[in-house]
Amino acid sequence: MKQFQSFVLKEFKQIFRDRRTSLILLVLPIVEVLLLGYAITTELNNAAIAVFDPSKDAETRQISERFQASRYFTVVRELTDAQEINDVFQNGDINMVLVFPERFSEKLRNGEGADIQFFIDGTDPNQASMLNGYASGILASFQAEQAELFRQPYQIRTETRMLYNPQGESAYNFVPGVMGLVLMLICAMMTSVAIVREKETGTMEVLLASPMKPAQIILSKMAPYFVISVTNLITILLIATFIMDVPIRGSLFWLSVVSLCFVFVALALGLLISTIVDTQMAALLVSGIGLMMPVMIFSGLIFPLESMPWGLRWISDFIPARWYISAVRKIMIEGVGVEYFAKELGIIILMAVFLMAVAWKKFKIRLS
Amino acid sequence: MVEVNDLSKSYGAVNAVRDLSFSVNRGELYGIIGPDGAGKTTLFRILTTLLLADRGTARIAGLDVVRDYRRIRQLIGYMPGKFSLYQDLTVEENLQFFASVFNTTIEENYYLVEDIYKQIEPFRNRLAGKLSGGMKQKLALSCALIHKPKVLFLDEPTTGVDPVSRKEFWGMLLKLKQQDITILVSTPYMDEAKLCDRIALMQGGRFLEVDTPQHIIDHYPETLWSVRAKEMHRLLGDLRSFPGTKTSFSFGETYHITLGKSSSPESLQRYLEERGHRNVSIQPISPSVEDCFMLLSK
Repeated sequence: MKQFQSFVLKEFKQIFRDRRTSLILLVLPIVEVLLLGYAITTELNNAAIAVFDPSKDAETRQISERFQASRYFTVVRELTDAQEINDVFQNGDINMVLVFPERFSEKLRNGEGADIQFFIDGTDPNQASMLNGYASGILASFQAEQAELFRQPYQIRTETRMLYNPQGESAYNFVPGVMGLVLMLICAMMTSVAIVREKETGTMEVLLASPMKPAQIILSKMAPYFVISVTNLITILLIATFIMDVPIRGSLFWLSVVSLCFVFVALALGLLISTIVDTQMAALLVSGIGLMMPVMIFSGLIFPLESMPWGLRWISDFIPARWYISAVRKIMIEGVGVEYFAKELGIIILMAVFLMAVAWKKFKIRLS
Repeated sequence: MVEVNDLSKSYGAVNAVRDLSFSVNRGELYGIIGPDGAGKTTLFRILTTLLLADRGTARIAGLDVVRDYRRIRQLIGYMPGKFSLYQDLTVEENLQFFASVFNTTIEENYYLVEDIYKQIEPFRNRLAGKLSGGMKQKLALSCALIHKPKVLFLDEPTTGVDPVSRKEFWGMLLKLKQQDITILVSTPYMDEAKLCDRIALMQGGRFLEVDTPQHIIDHYPETLWSVRAKEMHRLLGDLRSFPGTKTSFSFGETYHITLGKSSSPESLQRYLEERGHRNVSIQPISPSVEDCFMLLSK
């Protein structure tokens, strides 16, 4: 026990004496949450739109004004010719063009049906679908009012409602993702680097030739990073709740349980990496490319999982962070009970047990 | 205390240790002398239970290095080639850490390391990474000794250390011997060999000879001559072209040569002077361990 204590103490000293390491461990998670939550926001504000309105009647003007009044859009140009639509997109400064037909008001009144076209720059599909959503929303509310005003029987009401995140707040989406990312980074990357550093400087040779059992070495190496990840977890949750107004709708208890299980998965991965590489650089590369990238890509943080081909989706099932993020979303944002994320929790626990066992077996009691 | 039988270890095609057999007595200071790549580090790692041999057995204090590795790790001290210290911990923290790793405290065995540690104690709050080579070495030795090991393995403890510290270091080893600690030390410096009780000359994974340093020197079969002249560089070529020369090695500021039976130092002197060498001096000298090593490793 005394061995363990002084080992952990030594580990903490080493972490806090290296300014770079302590910065990565304590500041990076905060920066990451704030950065992803605010700067790299996926909300759209004041998208530049152009309007082509050949009918210029009361209704089209009202609709245009509503777009202008919305915080999502700014009408920057009035087009006079349908030919111009292509040109404004090629210039790249317009995200969307609103196109009214001729005799819009007349068509609307005589029940013939009036069409409005949205031309949207589809180079960024996420943004495009968001623009479409906002624009449809504006139009729908206009239609609803019209319907009440004129009691027209055949009015079609469109309603798109985003569940759980009605405003499309990106922080809701990012916080669980960032939690997965940060825990993976701190636990897996830092643990593997810390163990490999002992190999690189030769101190591992002395430790192995000492009476310390491998289990003690491993546990004392993991303990500090476990403590730090818990600290980070608390910080992230505090920032999320009090600064970014992301609610924790579900149980804090289950959120902690799921997170701790995920921390064990990450620690085991870090240990596993440290048993296969010999230099800190290699440990960084392997955990960077082998862990961070898949987390970023497959966790649904950047690309929605639903739009992935089945092959990739199949791979994503093996990424622990994907299950963790999914569980955290369910707990924090949907606020559902344990029966809804039992599958995720079960998979994370299985992965933790499996990876720990493999890492344990692979940890060498000798050199090479 | 240490028993080695037919020990072999190879890395691919390289035989690092080849059929080694030797034994070290209790309380002995046993030197393994050899150039880089002789297999010293591999041998030390096998004996400290860090590597598995391909063949053969080794026992430390009667315990098998493979089967009883746990118990061996309780009673050995090991100082690897690179001083394995935590560079970002202070001198005192390093010692404290290694003491606790071995389930002991600095106070308990302070008398053992006192002589060594006293010298670095003024710097006890300095980070180990900021110490000079000699001080690092003393700290590493203190760390390897703090648990009062029965057998101490020192792998090239003086490599990269200044001559004064090297001398002090060997002084400490001689003192430790009196504490009934068996010491195995490897070094590439032949001049350190004469301080050991017995030395093994190692090359290519084999021991060329094992004996006391004095015996090894006494058994040098030839007369050794030390040759100097004004133009040292040209001299070597001419020494080698002299038909009577058997061996010639550069040795510090002179050349050490042995001559065949048919030639004498006088004939060599004439030969060199005919080739325009000036201030030629040829003196008989008593051989050192290095000369013995050179002769054996030919």
